[in-house]
Amino acid sequence: MRTYIAKRLLLIIPTLLGAAVLVFLIMRVIPGDVALLIFGGDQAGQIDPQQLAAMRHRLGLDQPLIVQFWSWLWGVLRFDFGTSLWTGRPVVEELLIRLPLSLELTLAATVISVLIAIPFGMLAAVRQDSWVDYVIRVVSIGGLAIPSFWVGILCILFLVIFFGWGPPLEFTPPWVSPWANFQQMVWPIVTVGYRYAAVTTRMTRSTVLEVLREDYIRTAWAKGLAQRAIVIRHALKNSMLPVITLIGTEFAFLIGGLVVTETVFTLNGVGRFVVDAVAHRDYPVVQALVFLIAFCFVIVNLLVDLTYAWFDPRIRYR
Amino acid sequence: MATNYPLAQTTASAALAPQLTAGEEVVKFIRTKPLGAAGALIILLMLFLATFANVLAPYDPYQGDYGVQFARPSAEHWFGTDEFGRDLLSRIMYGARIALFVGFTASFSGCTLGGLLGVISAYWGGRIDLLLERLMDILLAFPQLILALAIASILGPAVQNVVIAISIPIIPRAARVVRATALSVRENVYVEAIQALGASKPRIVLQHIIPNVMAPYLIMLTAQLGGAILAEAALSFLGLGTAEPTPSWGLMLSGSASLYAEKAPWIALFPGVAISLGVFGFNLFGDSLRDALDPKLRKG
Repeated sequence: MRTYIAKRLLLIIPTLLGAAVLVFLIMRVIPGDVALLIFGGDQAGQIDPQQLAAMRHRLGLDQPLIVQFWSWLWGVLRFDFGTSLWTGRPVVEELLIRLPLSLELTLAATVISVLIAIPFGMLAAVRQDSWVDYVIRVVSIGGLAIPSFWVGILCILFLVIFFGWGPPLEFTPPWVSPWANFQQMVWPIVTVGYRYAAVTTRMTRSTVLEVLREDYIRTAWAKGLAQRAIVIRHALKNSMLPVITLIGTEFAFLIGGLVVTETVFTLNGVGRFVVDAVAHRDYPVVQALVFLIAFCFVIVNLLVDLTYAWFDPRIRYR
Repeated sequence: MATNYPLAQTTASAALAPQLTAGEEVVKFIRTKPLGAAGALIILLMLFLATFANVLAPYDPYQGDYGVQFARPSAEHWFGTDEFGRDLLSRIMYGARIALFVGFTASFSGCTLGGLLGVISAYWGGRIDLLLERLMDILLAFPQLILALAIASILGPAVQNVVIAISIPIIPRAARVVRATALSVRENVYVEAIQALGASKPRIVLQHIIPNVMAPYLIMLTAQLGGAILAEAALSFLGLGTAEPTPSWGLMLSGSASLYAEKAPWIALFPGVAISLGVFGFNLFGDSLRDALDPKLRKG
C-alpha cells in the first residue's frame, strides 16, 4: 500500500509539470497584450510606445519565454503565484479571499448530492419498474441534460417572481451569520448539485441492480434476512465502488458548474475569478487557477483510488 | 452421421433466418428501444428545424423591432420577443443550426483524432504509447470546461474557435476508450496471421484494427454529442463562445435573461428548454446505441 501511494505520488510530478507547461504555453499564445489592456486598450494609437515597453518590462513580458517559465515555476514551488496584472495584488491573497465561498459551495453540493442520491438510487433499484423508479429516473436523466446555468437562471426567475428576491452582492461566511449564509448559498448549491446528484443516482441505481442479482444476495434471502439488512449491509457497500469513482470524474463537472453558477448568482468565488481573469488576460491568475484546479483534480482522483481498498478489502495495490 | 444432424439443421436454419431490410431494422429498433427512438425523433426534429430554418422561421432572427420589445408569447410571436424585439422562436430555430454544427463537428473531430491516437498508441506501443499516454494524462488533468475556456479565450469568440475549444478536451477521453479496445484487438489471432503474411503496419491498422474499434468509437461519438452542445451553450453563456448577434442558445441565456427575469421570463425559459431537450434527445439515443452496439452492456 505504501509503495503504491509513493508510486502514485511520484507519477503526479510529471503530470503536473506537463500541466504547468501546457497552461503556460496556452496563456502565452493568447492574442491581446496585457500591457495594452492595462492602459485601457490602444484607441487610435494614442499610447506612448515607450510607456508600453516600460510596462512590458515591469511585468516581465519582455523576457524570453523560457526565462518567464522558470521564474514562474520557481515561484509555484514556493507557493508564490506572482501578482495579478489586473489588481496588482498577490494571486494567493486574491485566491484566499474567494476560496471559502467556492469551498463551501463544492463541499456542500457534493455532500448533499451524495446524501440525496444514494438513498434515491437504492430506492429506484429496489422498486425497479415501479412509478417511484420512473419518477427518479426521469428527474435524474433531466439532470444530465439541463445546463447548470439554466437551473441557476430558473432559480433566480422563481425567486424574483414569487419572492422579489435578488442575489445579494456580498458573501456572508457561515461563521458570521449561518442563516444569511444559508439563504445566499442554498440556490447555488442546488444549481451545482443537481447534475451531481443525478449522475450519482443513476450510477447507484444501476450498480445496486447488478449487485442484487448476485448469488450471495440470493443466499442472504435464503438465510431469511430482512430486505433492509440485505440492501443496506450486503448490496449497498458492494455497489459503492463505481459511485466512488464518479466522485473523482464528476469533480471536473463540479468545477465547470462552479464557474457558471458563480457567474449566474454573481458570487465572488474562484469560478468567477477564472472567467474574469480570462477576460482580462490576467496571465498569472489564470495560470495559477488552472494549475491549482488540475492539481486538485489529480489529488481527488488519487484519494478516490485509495478509498477503493476500504470499500472492497479484496483490492490490493501494487 | 447422427451426430452431424443437429449441426446441419442449425446451419440450415441460420441460412433461412430472414435478412431484415433497413425499414424493418428501424421498426425493430423502435420496438426494442422506445426511449432511443424518442431520442432519435428529437434529433430528427432538431435536424429538420436547423435545415429548413430559413423557410420555417416566421421572422428574421437578426432583425430587431423596437415596437415589439419584450412581447409576451402570442399568436404573432409564439415564444415572445427579446429586449431588441427579435422573435425568440426564429432565433431558437436558427440556434439549432449552431448547436448541431458545433455538437457534430466538435465531437466528430475530437473523437476521430482521439481515436486515431488511441489506435496508434495501442498498435505501435513502446515509447510512442508511453509518450501519448502521458500527454493524454496531462490533458485529462484539466476539467473540460476550464480547458475549453482557456482555449476559447486564446482563439476569440467565433463558431469555428468554439469547435476547436470543445474538441480538444474530447481527444484524450476518446483516445483512452479506443486504445483499450485496440489493445485487445491487436492480440487477436487474425492480426497475428496477417502479420505473418507480411502485411504492412498501415494496412493492418486501416483494414483490421480500425474496423474493429468502430463500436467504442461510435459510442464515444454519440456520448460526447450532448456534452458538446452543453459546452457550447456554457461557453457562449460566459461570453467566450459565439458572439452577438449570432442566435446561439447559450448566448440567448446570458445577460438579458436574468436581467429581465421579472419583466420577460420567456427570454430565460425557451432557449433553456431547447438546450435541455436537444441534449436529452442525444443522451437517450446515445444510451440506446451503446446498449445495441456493446453486448457487454446489455442488461437483463
